[in-house]
Amino acid sequence: MKTLIFRSIAPYLTALVLLFSAFVTLRGHNEPGGGFIGGLLAASAFALYGIAFGVPEARRAMWFHPMSVAGTGLLLSAISGLPSFFRDTPYLTGVWTTAPLFHFDVATIILFDIGVYLVVAGAMTSIALALEDSGEG
Amino acid sequence: MQQATDATLLIALGLPFIGAALAPMVMRRMGVAGAWLLASIPAFAFFAFASQIRSISEGTAVVGGLDWIPSLGVSLSWYLDGLSLAFALLISGIGFLIVLYAGGYLKGHPHHGRFMGFLLLFMGAMQGLVAADGFLTLFVFWELTSIASFLLIGFDHQREASRRAALQALVVTGMGGLALLAGLITIGMATTTDTLSALLADRDALRTSAFYTPALILILLAAFTKSAQFPFHFWLPNAMEAPTPVSAYLHSATMVKAGVYLLMRLNPVMGDTALWQTILPLFGGTTLIVGSVLALRQSDLKLMLAYTTVGSLGLLVMLTGFGTETAVLAAVLYLIAHALFKGALFMVVGILDHETGTRRIEDLSGLRRTMPLTFAAALGAGLSMAGIPLFTGFLAKETIYEALTGGAGAWSLLVLIVAILGNAAMVAIGFEVGLKPFIGETRPTPQAAHEAPVLLWLGPVVLAVAGLGLSLLSYWFYSFLADPMASAIADASVRNHASPLPHISLAFGLSLFTLAIGAVLYLGLDGLRRGISGGLAAFGWGPDRGFDQVMRGLVRLAVRVTAVVQNGRLDVYITVAFVVIAAALLLPMILAGELPALPSIPMLQLHEWAVMLVAVTGLYAVLRTRNRLTAIASLGIQGFAVAVLFLLMGAPDLSFTQFMVETLSVVILALVMTRIRLDPTDHRPWNEKLLDGTIAIACGLGFGLLLLKVTQGVFDTALTDFFNANARLIAHGRNVVNVIIVDFRGFDTLGEIAVVTITGLAILAIIRIGTPREKRENRP
Repeated sequence: MKTLIFRSIAPYLTALVLLFSAFVTLRGHNEPGGGFIGGLLAASAFALYGIAFGVPEARRAMWFHPMSVAGTGLLLSAISGLPSFFRDTPYLTGVWTTAPLFHFDVATIILFDIGVYLVVAGAMTSIALALEDSGEG
Repeated sequence: MQQATDATLLIALGLPFIGAALAPMVMRRMGVAGAWLLASIPAFAFFAFASQIRSISEGTAVVGGLDWIPSLGVSLSWYLDGLSLAFALLISGIGFLIVLYAGGYLKGHPHHGRFMGFLLLFMGAMQGLVAADGFLTLFVFWELTSIASFLLIGFDHQREASRRAALQALVVTGMGGLALLAGLITIGMATTTDTLSALLADRDALRTSAFYTPALILILLAAFTKSAQFPFHFWLPNAMEAPTPVSAYLHSATMVKAGVYLLMRLNPVMGDTALWQTILPLFGGTTLIVGSVLALRQSDLKLMLAYTTVGSLGLLVMLTGFGTETAVLAAVLYLIAHALFKGALFMVVGILDHETGTRRIEDLSGLRRTMPLTFAAALGAGLSMAGIPLFTGFLAKETIYEALTGGAGAWSLLVLIVAILGNAAMVAIGFEVGLKPFIGETRPTPQAAHEAPVLLWLGPVVLAVAGLGLSLLSYWFYSFLADPMASAIADASVRNHASPLPHISLAFGLSLFTLAIGAVLYLGLDGLRRGISGGLAAFGWGPDRGFDQVMRGLVRLAVRVTAVVQNGRLDVYITVAFVVIAAALLLPMILAGELPALPSIPMLQLHEWAVMLVAVTGLYAVLRTRNRLTAIASLGIQGFAVAVLFLLMGAPDLSFTQFMVETLSVVILALVMTRIRLDPTDHRPWNEKLLDGTIAIACGLGFGLLLLKVTQGVFDTALTDFFNANARLIAHGRNVVNVIIVDFRGFDTLGEIAVVTITGLAILAIIRIGTPREKRENRP
């Protein structure tokens, strides 16, 4: 798959898809989207990059091991449930507050969804890259 | 006042667990001095329990507790009456001495701190067990003592014998634990209570219930395995692989008595039936005789004590089941006396082992000059074990004989004879351990013998003195400790009256007779030992070997089952999985006659028909092509077409997800294809194709029919309405699907992403197994 055309557009495509995945995740609260779909998009972006430039290059570009990304996501989601204890509500109840300067509502829910995003992206990328890696050898 | 009591008891019950966690650090920082610090935990518990003596001896139980799982009505509550209190005092008091003793015994051991931690863990579990009120609490602590015992027996885990003994103890007592759980549930069903206090308040509910016999059998199974009754006795002598402090604490003074505790605790509600009064003396008596005979055969001091412990537990079970109030009094006295003298003797044997390098009776002689303090402790404990006047052992024996001569008939006589023979063996062993190593001429030992350090001799000396002191102060001993305990067991106010001084009575005559037989046994022990060993060798088989055979059989069975179920052939797994799916989908519908009605052909727009056509074309390509990669890609076409249909029918979320899942499935399937070196083309013979095709069609048909059936039924919109109405109000989101995922059912999602992570790790591990090592290590 190392054609010139594919290799030329792959970085732009990857960047675009990653950007799109973030967009999809963040708008998931009100429009179609969410952490799960966003994560799948991100995973396909990294898989694409891996196919174009080889797995070592993709791993370098990701900086972290994809499985650590997944672990971080799981931790983030689990932690996002803790603030609800301060409101004396059950674990994982959403806690909402308004950011003082911007009149913008923020909630622990978004942290939870980002956690889902990281888990799905990390785990799927991890599997895809590992398969690509051994597929070549 | 109540609050102060609650807080004190809560600290006393909880502190050992905190101590267990901190013990490794304490011992590393402070060395042997750390033992004194850790010993303050049982000391505190002892005084906390002791402060309750006065109110409990007046007959009021101390109750209290914390909520544990309030939504299920489960609480962490305690119920301290005379029985619990006596046990708690023994556990914390002997625990204090054992912690100090272990501090000296394992001095310099690299895992000294870990050992102390395990000991405190056990202590906490055992205290919790005897103080527990709720059935569930009782069960949890019961199992925790088994686990602590496993850890302590297997402490020296580099020796195979230790590992085997630890596993054996865990399997046997763990089985009993399961029986206990089942038994408690049965009792709960029969009486609709879930606490001991409520159970004890309603005396006849259980006895008259239809569930009495099954509950009794389960409870007895639990008690007999824990308290090493024949034929489950074999794990206890093997548990002597553990370091001696463990043997002294768990396997003589406390844990093995948990089974006896359970029987005594349930005596008011389960006792006094023909079944109870037959089974308990029968098994107890058999255990007493078996334990005594096997004890006489040993030449290892520790094993001698271990088998007499088995025998003593048998005696306790026998007395508990005998059914008279005097027998209960005797059981109480013997239990306390036994904990004191057996704990002391075990520690003495540990000292001998530690200071001379051997614990074989043939090698030990004349140590009275070099080890005078140890000798004093050993003699005091040995005399109590033999039941010499002035010692608590004597009080116990007098009361035993008084109880057993009180009844009439052949059954009583048989029990009496068994008790006399068992006690005579105790006399012989008491002298053998408490006297023989110290008298006679001095013999060289593997290490030059010298007196033990204070940490080691303190425990046995204190226990031996207690064994004498309690008896001499018998008025206070009875009224504060023994009488309340016996009253709790007998469920009536009963009083001890045995005197530590010799006096003319039938019981005293029998005591003298026992001493005489014991003395004969002691003098003829060498010949007797050879005789019993010869007899057992001729017999050859015992429960200990039986245990090995059962375990081997289990492993063999597991290997066979695994070979059938996991034969390593991927095609078989997949075939089985899909056949099961098809059957699960189709059979219920066909058998219940609930096949859906044939739907009418939907009115679709032209472009919608076009999308359908794309899907069908994709499927056609899958079936036609011989190239596997083409087939995977074609399957993707069908998936995309379905996604487009979702979009057209107004489910953008579903469609979005479907697109992504299809894309990634195609990528991953294609990658897997390149990895598991398959032929690029499909060469299945026609009969295999027919079979696989049938399964595929059956699965597809099943899903299709199920979906039709669901959409044709009446749809309950309660949930839909709720989410539509509340997504905006409660969760402040307009995307109902996502709000359900991340907010309403967030906990489910947390579980799901945990599964995704674990699956990812597992797949990664599987892929890496096939990767050559050098490649794996070169990876950045």
